[in-house]
Amino acid sequence: MKKKKIFRGVKLTVVTLVVAFFAVMFLTPIILTISNSFMSQSEISSNYGSVFATTDTGGKVYIAEKVNLKFIPDMVSFQQYITVLFKSPEYLLKFWNSVILVVPIVVFQLLIATLAAYGFMRYRGRIREIIFFAYIILMLMPYQVTLVPNYLVADWLNILDSNWAIWLPGIMSPFAVFLLTKFMRRIPVGVIEAAQIDGAGEWQIFSKICAPLCKGALCSAAILVFIDYWNMVEQPLILLSDPQMHPMSVFLSKINAGEIGLAFAVATVYMIPSLLVFLYGEEYLVEGITYQGGIKG
Amino acid sequence: MKVRNKQKVSKRIRKQKIGSGLFIAPSFIGVLLFFIVPFIVVIYYSLIDNPIGGNFVFLDNFRIVLRNGAFRKAVTNTLTFSVTAVPLAVILSLMLAVLLDKKIPFRSHFRTFFLSPMMVPVASIVLIWQVLFHYNGAVNEFMVSVGAGKIDWIKSEYAQIVIVILFLWKNLGYNMILFMAALTSIPKDILEVARLESASALQTFFYIKLRYLSSTILFVTIMSLINSFKVFREIYLLTGDRPYDTLYMMQHFMNNMFKNLDYQKLSAAAILMSLVMIVIIGVLFLVENRFGKDVEG
Repeated sequence: MKKKKIFRGVKLTVVTLVVAFFAVMFLTPIILTISNSFMSQSEISSNYGSVFATTDTGGKVYIAEKVNLKFIPDMVSFQQYITVLFKSPEYLLKFWNSVILVVPIVVFQLLIATLAAYGFMRYRGRIREIIFFAYIILMLMPYQVTLVPNYLVADWLNILDSNWAIWLPGIMSPFAVFLLTKFMRRIPVGVIEAAQIDGAGEWQIFSKICAPLCKGALCSAAILVFIDYWNMVEQPLILLSDPQMHPMSVFLSKINAGEIGLAFAVATVYMIPSLLVFLYGEEYLVEGITYQGGIKG
Repeated sequence: MKVRNKQKVSKRIRKQKIGSGLFIAPSFIGVLLFFIVPFIVVIYYSLIDNPIGGNFVFLDNFRIVLRNGAFRKAVTNTLTFSVTAVPLAVILSLMLAVLLDKKIPFRSHFRTFFLSPMMVPVASIVLIWQVLFHYNGAVNEFMVSVGAGKIDWIKSEYAQIVIVILFLWKNLGYNMILFMAALTSIPKDILEVARLESASALQTFFYIKLRYLSSTILFVTIMSLINSFKVFREIYLLTGDRPYDTLYMMQHFMNNMFKNLDYQKLSAAAILMSLVMIVIIGVLFLVENRFGKDVEG
């Protein structure tokens, strides 16, 4: 009996160590990006010069033969951040582009989806089931399929190369409808029927009962929609031909090698919003993913 | 009296049906306008020889696309990638979930660590990825130190491996959450019976847990498949417009077609792709239905 207990203890320790090892590996790239953003330009080029040297026109900087991957800077410097935030408006502009593209999509997709989810929850007829099924199929289609129709409509409406070309399909995307419908169908029928007997109309049932009950699900959906669009690359590349309008997600890869030190700071600034969302909304995120999971229900 | 009551009820249901139907209208009109109607036009475009007053050529466009060298390369590469990355993403995340299902310390911290890559925009971490996998990068340094030769990771046959690692890094957390939720929802009494019957841990896993997980496995597979079509992001941000040959994906092909405004090829490719998706998802559903039927309520 005692032997068995020891064996179990050893097993648990091994499992913990294995998991811990991988967990740290997963975190490493993020930590490296953040910590390297506090290095000065010269430290970056001496550490990574050999990687980015091919296109570097920096001139007199010392370039090491070897890459020097470091977690902690020799000297913490805010120089890069000062340049990014105060001296070169280009970066802030791209950041602003991202915000301007993503926020309306999150807000209006959720608004329209909450309404639609209520409709799908209230009545389940044949037509509605077919429409809902179409939404699911649409949700599962990759960009390679959906971008072609999106491009055509943008062309017809003459909104190519404007933010509308990204806003409108984003707002109409069926993802949040799916998630919120799943959630609303769990609201007990009794609650709604009681309100109905008290004489509440559809709008009142929606706005006084169902929408408030959905707060948690709305947070989950908001987070999932936000990450998806904060990270967008395909849409701006095809729908916005002017690089000036591109969001940070596309622009970051184009920062030239001479500004490699800045790039780490820009990358960090760009991940801050999503890390903050994660920090405050991890539970909602997990819940949202779990809801998404019951695709058949 | 009874008949009248029935009429009243059915009238109420009709009112409810129409009233709640209005809630769906904004979303449905949007989906119709931005996805469904243009998709029908896409089908039409794929069947004619040019967009302005074209003639019906039936399957010619499909034949041209299927014979196109770039298309074939894109399909082969995308398939190779998906066939490697998707099973790995499913199996590894299931293993992680099983490990985290045990009573190990810092469980919730580990969960956070594994989930965090999902929240970080790809653009923010490609820099570190370059530092790691560049010819003069950190990984090669390690290879040299253990006596192996240097490999030009991003510009050789190994390029797909780098992308698979990046894909797994980003997607394992999401899949893991789904499996963790599914594992906790397995009825405890069944596991208890298995334990009393002195079934081994492996037996319990393969004969009981796996069957209860089957619908989750289906969903995770579908989501991983869809996400595997999105790796264009990672590839584009890591290698720019002209990636190494084995990294030329479907989205690259589509982007080129968009650049030339070749509506015929675009439409044919989009339709082929959607058909393939529908077939794959349909087959997965059928397989799951056979495998997991007896455990679903």
